[in-house]
Amino acid sequence: MDLMTIFTNSFAQLIAPTTAAYVLAAIGLNIHFGMTGLMNMGQAGFMLLGAYGFAITQSMGWNLFASVLAALTLAAVYAVLLGIPTLKLGPDYLAMVTLASAEIIRIIGRSTSLTSITGGSGGISPQDFTTQFENLSPLPEGNSTILLWSYSNNIADSWWLRIVAWALVLIAVLLTWRWYRSPWGRVLKGIREDENVIRSLGKSVTKFKLQSLFLGGAFGALSGIIFVLPRSVQPDSLGRQVTFYVWTILLLGGAASILGPVLGSCLLWVLLTVVKESMREGISSNLISSNQIESLGWVIVGVALMCLVIFRPQGLIGDRRELAFNA
Amino acid sequence: MPDTTVQTGTPFQDLPAARAARSEDPQSAAVDYSGTVAKDLAYVEHEPGVHKPDPILVADNVTRRFGGIAAVDVGHFEIERHGITALIGPNGAGKTTFFNLMTGFDKPDTGTWQFDGNDLASVSSEKVARMGMVRTFQLTKVMNRLTVLDNMLIGAPDQPGEGMLRSLFPMLWKSREKEIITQAESLLDRFLLLKKKDDYAGSLSGGQRKLLEMARALMSNPQLVMLDEPMAGVNPALKQSLLDHIVALRDEGTSVLFVEHDMNMVRHIADWVTVMAEGKIVAEGPPRDVMNDPAVVDAYLGAHANIDLGDDSVLQDVE
Repeated sequence: MDLMTIFTNSFAQLIAPTTAAYVLAAIGLNIHFGMTGLMNMGQAGFMLLGAYGFAITQSMGWNLFASVLAALTLAAVYAVLLGIPTLKLGPDYLAMVTLASAEIIRIIGRSTSLTSITGGSGGISPQDFTTQFENLSPLPEGNSTILLWSYSNNIADSWWLRIVAWALVLIAVLLTWRWYRSPWGRVLKGIREDENVIRSLGKSVTKFKLQSLFLGGAFGALSGIIFVLPRSVQPDSLGRQVTFYVWTILLLGGAASILGPVLGSCLLWVLLTVVKESMREGISSNLISSNQIESLGWVIVGVALMCLVIFRPQGLIGDRRELAFNA
Repeated sequence: MPDTTVQTGTPFQDLPAARAARSEDPQSAAVDYSGTVAKDLAYVEHEPGVHKPDPILVADNVTRRFGGIAAVDVGHFEIERHGITALIGPNGAGKTTFFNLMTGFDKPDTGTWQFDGNDLASVSSEKVARMGMVRTFQLTKVMNRLTVLDNMLIGAPDQPGEGMLRSLFPMLWKSREKEIITQAESLLDRFLLLKKKDDYAGSLSGGQRKLLEMARALMSNPQLVMLDEPMAGVNPALKQSLLDHIVALRDEGTSVLFVEHDMNMVRHIADWVTVMAEGKIVAEGPPRDVMNDPAVVDAYLGAHANIDLGDDSVLQDVE
């Protein structure tokens, strides 16, 4: 029975909307880093902007698709604002600027002076922005159990959200596959290798970098929407640590590979849950408290990641000849 | 003595034979560009900043200072169309800086220059390349983690698939892609790299990278290629074929400007030599005259420039 609980809870992560949200964010980051070589250390900023853009316009009563469009527009504007002054900088400076900008967005979002719009640090609660999405569901009301997992059909952390989230992942994977193998993707990879070459061959590096920043940011914004739909918009839940989870996922799966983000996200969350659940079931709570288990889970995953970066720097399915972490 | 040119495709060791063939048949010389360029340049005076009959690049008063040092201070400079112009000079003479200025990779403090009649001052490097002036780099830049073929394809202009949205619809760019693949493969074949086309460029040797960089620059069919030390680190056998390629380029109508320290190369393929020292152009002329110019010999070549230092008799003479 205990083993069954561990199994059920762990593999629930495989279909969880949050896992899908991380896949989308990592796909966006893969466009930035894997294809273009941009060190974006603020993917959570794009996610938070997307979440705000969607939730705020929803609570104002906008159409669902108009809200998604608003989220994408915000990401685009942010990409341009961020990109124009920083894309001329080297990769390390870009990393600092993006990290700082993401924090700026989070801190502005939670500031008390904006409570009427963003809800301050309390955020925006789900009933304000999930109704339209839930009403769009074609599924009947009630709960369904498929194999071991039982969720509501339409409400909050629902089957409907799972279907939409993973459908978006599928579309994103197909799009990146197409982009990755197109002449456009080829130029981006050229910029990753040496932007002066691209310049000497008559292509506008800034234009391509801006497009890349926008596109990866747009996937980040979509990911932010999926991330907040089963919970609420909480500025602090989309902070720095989310950016680092996304990086972890990308490097785990393999940067510059198309299915790397999917594999990385599924593996990270399943493994983390396996480790935590096993400790919860297997070790007496007198020995380790549940808080400590939470932290220890991350420690173990962290060690595993260090080993990965040392022994398999290209990630699980990356091509070492193309892009490895310490190349 | 205008006749310092090479016939298409002949290696430079066969120069005497080529010259003999040409003198027997004076008509043949006028057919390709090498002949016309040699004829045109024969009337040009051998002095710095001289005007040429048909310049493709004209620079005026170009200066670039780094702190108090004038890295480049060129009063007037012209590059003859369809010719092979060599830019030589001691280390730190400002050759590469001049390259960077001309191609928009660096901004000059003063100066104007025209390429094919179009003003180029403060035009960005990518626009310069699109106008038909493509450069290579002294420290070879290949895109290591792309295949050799992809390196070449990036060099091609007018690929509609390089638009972010258009790239999603292969029917919009597949036909152009086929064209440029054919072009890339024929260039790679010429540069002896066809067998390597699916390898990552990072796996190539230093000399092969030089070849790849040059081949890539030719993908856009430029009017003027600017080669920064194309021979550095290239083995003698490859050097030979590189020289042939450069000459063939000229004969097909491309103008070539190159920076080089290898005096054999300069002597054998250049139609015109420009010498820079301390940022200024100090001498110009056909290779043979320039290399006998006492100022150039003192500043750059040294007394034994024309002698093979591998020859032991030279050392005995010195002793």
